[in-house]
Amino acid sequence: MYAQEVKSTGKGVKSLDEMEPLERAFQEKVNADIKIEPKDWMPDGYRKTLIRQISQHAHSEIVGQLPEGAWITRAPTLERKAILIAKVQDEAGHGLYLYCAAETLGVSRDQMTEQLLSGKAKYSSIFNYPTLTWADIGAIGWLVDGAAIMNQVPLQRCSFGPYSRAMIRVCKEESFHQRQGYDIMMKLCAGTPAQKEIAQDALDRWWQPSLMMFGPSDAESVHSAQSMAWKIKQDTNDELRQKFVDQTVPQANYLGLSVPDPDLKWNNEKGGYDFGEIDWEEFFEVVSGNGPCNADRMAARRKAWSDGAWFRDGLMAHAHKKQARNVAAE
Amino acid sequence: MSNEWPLWEVFIRGQHGMAHRHVGSLHAPDAELAINHARDVYTRRNEGVSIWVAKAGDITASAPSAKGPLFEPSNSKVYRHPTFFDIPDDVGRM
Ligand SMILES: [Fe+2]
Ligand SMILES: [Fe+2]
Ligand SMILES: [Fe+2]
Repeated sequence: MYAQEVKSTGKGVKSLDEMEPLERAFQEKVNADIKIEPKDWMPDGYRKTLIRQISQHAHSEIVGQLPEGAWITRAPTLERKAILIAKVQDEAGHGLYLYCAAETLGVSRDQMTEQLLSGKAKYSSIFNYPTLTWADIGAIGWLVDGAAIMNQVPLQRCSFGPYSRAMIRVCKEESFHQRQGYDIMMKLCAGTPAQKEIAQDALDRWWQPSLMMFGPSDAESVHSAQSMAWKIKQDTNDELRQKFVDQTVPQANYLGLSVPDPDLKWNNEKGGYDFGEIDWEEFFEVVSGNGPCNADRMAARRKAWSDGAWFRDGLMAHAHKKQARNVAAE
Repeated sequence: MSNEWPLWEVFIRGQHGMAHRHVGSLHAPDAELAINHARDVYTRRNEGVSIWVAKAGDITASAPSAKGPLFEPSNSKVYRHPTFFDIPDDVGRM
């Protein structure tokens, strides 16, 4: 999802009997829902998987500011502008909570930044699509934050304490994001035919990428099974995707918009919607760097980092000088 | 990428009369900016009336392995809890 490409050590899940005493004590704690804290013993794979997952999640929050940030100067009213600024600022906060959670595992902030800027670390595929109209800001809040909530709610129960606590803070703030987006969609759909048209167009473009946010089908994945045994992950990608579709289709109906999927059909037996095959080829293209905006997003992050260098260094130099002065005065 | 800002732990008093509570951490060049950043990162929705920051490196934490020696001794001292003592109902409220 926000961490779509997380691979844990792919050896299959060990049973308690196969484990050495330390690992076994660890797994028993996890099974008993006792949180793992940074200084506790943990398997190497658990640490590595979490660093990858949490840093990818953090990068997604940070890069995720770009598509919406592009509309701050063009918001239709002063109120919408203030709301959008607050929303984007929240996403910066989410990134910061998450970076700090990852740092407790022994990776530094600069290392993570370096991994993002060099292209080594991934972020969610969804943020590589362009925001072409104001309706895209509505669609992002409604669909993208909606999908994020679907994924983040179970992460509040993650076995790693700092990640779980970061997710609790994030979830408290996400509901505002989704509602402000849906509110934009409601306004547009109650507006002129041209306004309703851009709302439909935004749904047409964001629907599939939103479903891709949950990641590929994990039926065959060893990694996913290990993450579930470690309680880093609670539900499969497909379960969450299904939940998202079931929740979102009625919301589209309420708006009078049609979901762009000819295979979408209510299935009475399973009590959920059947939906069409997702274009995984597109997904893997976007993840591997060939989406419509990958180059722009990376360029924007690199520019922000290098343009800000003199400022970060200047403040640090000032702090050292002030400290030296204080020592001298004592 | 060497000149990384140090890490600060952030504590916030949520309401008057409550204790400061650890809410998370952040990077800042000095204490003054750490407070400013903490305001932006941790109190965007009126979560606080006061902020403390402390350099993460200045905090000493107990080791997880010291859990036994530190905390087990109090397990056996059940008489520290009022419920240890049976007081007859006839005595009235106590
Ligand atoms: Fe977020
Ligand atoms: Fe988000
Ligand atoms: Fe959000």
